[in-house]
Amino acid sequence: MSLGAVREPRQARSKAYVSLVKALGRGWLRDRSQVFFTVLLPLMFMVLLASVFGSTGDSASRVLAVGEVPVLDDADPEDFTVTAVADLDEAMLMLREGDADAAVVQEGDTVRIYPSPTSQTSGSIAAGNLSALVDNVNVEVLSAAAPGAPVLEAEVEEADGGGLRAIQYLAPGILAWGVAISGVFGAAGTIVDWKRDKLLRRLRLTPASVKTFLGAKVSVNLLVAVGQTVVFLAVAALGFGLELSGWSWFAVPLVLLGTLAFLAIGVVIGGIAQTSPGAAGLSNLVTMPMAFVSGAFWPLALSPTWVQWISYLSPMRYLNEALQSVVVYGSPPVTVLPQLGFLAAFAAIVAVVAWKTFKFDEL
Amino acid sequence: MDAAIEVADLRKTYRGRRTGEIRAVDGVSFRVERGEFFGILGPNGAGKTTTLEIVEGLRKPDSGTVRLLGRSPWPHSPELTGRVGVQLQASAFFEFLTAREQIETFAELYGAAKGRAAEMLDLVGLAEHANVRCEKLSGGQQQRLSIACTLVGDPELVFLDEPTAALDPQARRNLWDLMRAINAEGRTVVLTTHYMEEAEALCDRVAIMDSGKIRAVDSPAGFVRGLDAPTRVTVAAGQLTDERVKELAAGEHVAEGPNAIVFETRDPRKLLTALASDGALEGLAVRTANLEDVFLHVTGREWRE
Ligand SMILES: Nc1ncnc2c1ncn2[C@@H]1O[C@H](COP(=O)(O)OP(=O)(O)O)[C@@H](O)[C@H]1O
Ligand SMILES: [Mg+2]
Repeated sequence: MSLGAVREPRQARSKAYVSLVKALGRGWLRDRSQVFFTVLLPLMFMVLLASVFGSTGDSASRVLAVGEVPVLDDADPEDFTVTAVADLDEAMLMLREGDADAAVVQEGDTVRIYPSPTSQTSGSIAAGNLSALVDNVNVEVLSAAAPGAPVLEAEVEEADGGGLRAIQYLAPGILAWGVAISGVFGAAGTIVDWKRDKLLRRLRLTPASVKTFLGAKVSVNLLVAVGQTVVFLAVAALGFGLELSGWSWFAVPLVLLGTLAFLAIGVVIGGIAQTSPGAAGLSNLVTMPMAFVSGAFWPLALSPTWVQWISYLSPMRYLNEALQSVVVYGSPPVTVLPQLGFLAAFAAIVAVVAWKTFKFDEL
Repeated sequence: MDAAIEVADLRKTYRGRRTGEIRAVDGVSFRVERGEFFGILGPNGAGKTTTLEIVEGLRKPDSGTVRLLGRSPWPHSPELTGRVGVQLQASAFFEFLTAREQIETFAELYGAAKGRAAEMLDLVGLAEHANVRCEKLSGGQQQRLSIACTLVGDPELVFLDEPTAALDPQARRNLWDLMRAINAEGRTVVLTTHYMEEAEALCDRVAIMDSGKIRAVDSPAGFVRGLDAPTRVTVAAGQLTDERVKELAAGEHVAEGPNAIVFETRDPRKLLTALASDGALEGLAVRTANLEDVFLHVTGREWRE
């Protein structure tokens, strides 16, 4: 019987870490449901939401002209598809049905815009585009009236407000949501699995320490989050025309920090739940409201005030905001320091709660 | 040299909201020598797993001491865990890995040589199933893989918690051979089981456990000898006259039923010779005392599986 000499602890630990990352990573890649949840589901959501919120990407806003609307005569057909309707009631009905993004009434000098109540994103985009059109017409009128007089012309940046296309708005939110569900569901499911299959127990009895194992597990989750982000942004950019700013790489540290926060939430849930369905149900219970109040799927500005207040508690809000700032608006990372700080604080607090409430005896 | 295991007065009470207090381990002491095949035999719920988990260092006892290879299992130290192999009651595997990947991972965790993993798969007869995912292996194959993972670190001391539960008889016999071989290599083996015959077939010494207490420790043969129980000889009824039955019983206990006559005798050789010369061997069955009788004797309760 050979009694292998005890290796230098540090070297043994890093070897154990590598083999655990390998084993867990392999297992993850072979788990179809995991791959589905982390990679395919967010992409499906992107397709779905992009079409629900109006295919405003490259196509024109669908505008209903109620009666005579001279301001639309100059409209670029690339920006607006104009349909004439007889009266406002008919226009409202069509808006409600989702057949158009906005209705326009012109009474003399007043142009009244009715954005779609059903599809708020495409509605507000259409409204923004219409306002811009009115401004342009104003400028032309002024120039014609006083040739040579200098006119102020607003240069509206593409990525700012009115011109923001649906995908620019939706992509960061869906990514934040995707990262959140894979973190929360992943951690909660893993803990419940450990309660059932006693893998952690078994590993505690090997020379590798529990810390090494947990470190490997978290590393795999972080790697998954980075992979998820890269795939998602690539598909959004190449397939859906998302314009990535030069600071987009900063999405990686943001997503890593967000993942730590979501993993901590998942650990708390996994500590409470006893079965896989229980863990999934509780995870839903937590991630759904978190997503709804985060501004990920529709602008917080359009939400009621109380939702806006609750949103301050949702880590998804901060991840979404930070991703939007750096990826879409191209703001430098310093501008999202507050969001980073909140995510870090949230992760730390929940991790402490998880650690304190966790019953290691059950594993 | 220290004993492989020394356990003194272990106690562990589970407190559940619904179940109330359960004294799972209630003052357990025992000692296992190096190289021994030691069994803990007891019905479900006797406290075998809890005892083992405390000895392995997975649970902290409420009180009592454990020495494992001369040291405390708590806190964990890689030096000690590297010398001990543990098979838990439920097989614990990394999800979605094949048998080979599984055991190679464990080999790396124990810092074992590269070839050791393949060697162990061979030893437990899983070489052909090396590329099968763990969840697709049969119950017996999973148990054998689990034992292979236990052995891959070349442990001096091996814990096996009911490895043959839920296996069919053939798979159980195969596992018995494997366990004997493990012990024959010089490893100390601690086995828990609720099968009498398993403890009898494998163990050098057996601790009989019931309701959190160890009631007695002895070798299987020693137990039976100590019982001084009669051998029961059964033959079909109607072959012997009442008078002859009385004569053969020679003052010892005999029970006559409608179908069978049961003699209890201290001298089975004489009784059997007499029965043979009478030509009264139809329906013959001879049953010597076994651990089941020992259990009844030791605990005052009928053995129930
Ligand atoms: N984690 C636990 N929490 C509460 N009670 C437990 C726990 N584990 C075991 N028990 C109880 O302790 C007693 C002994 O269990 P166990 O050690 O598993 O026995 P065995 O392995 O002999 O079947 C049983 O009554 C069982 O229900
Ligand atoms: Mg048990």
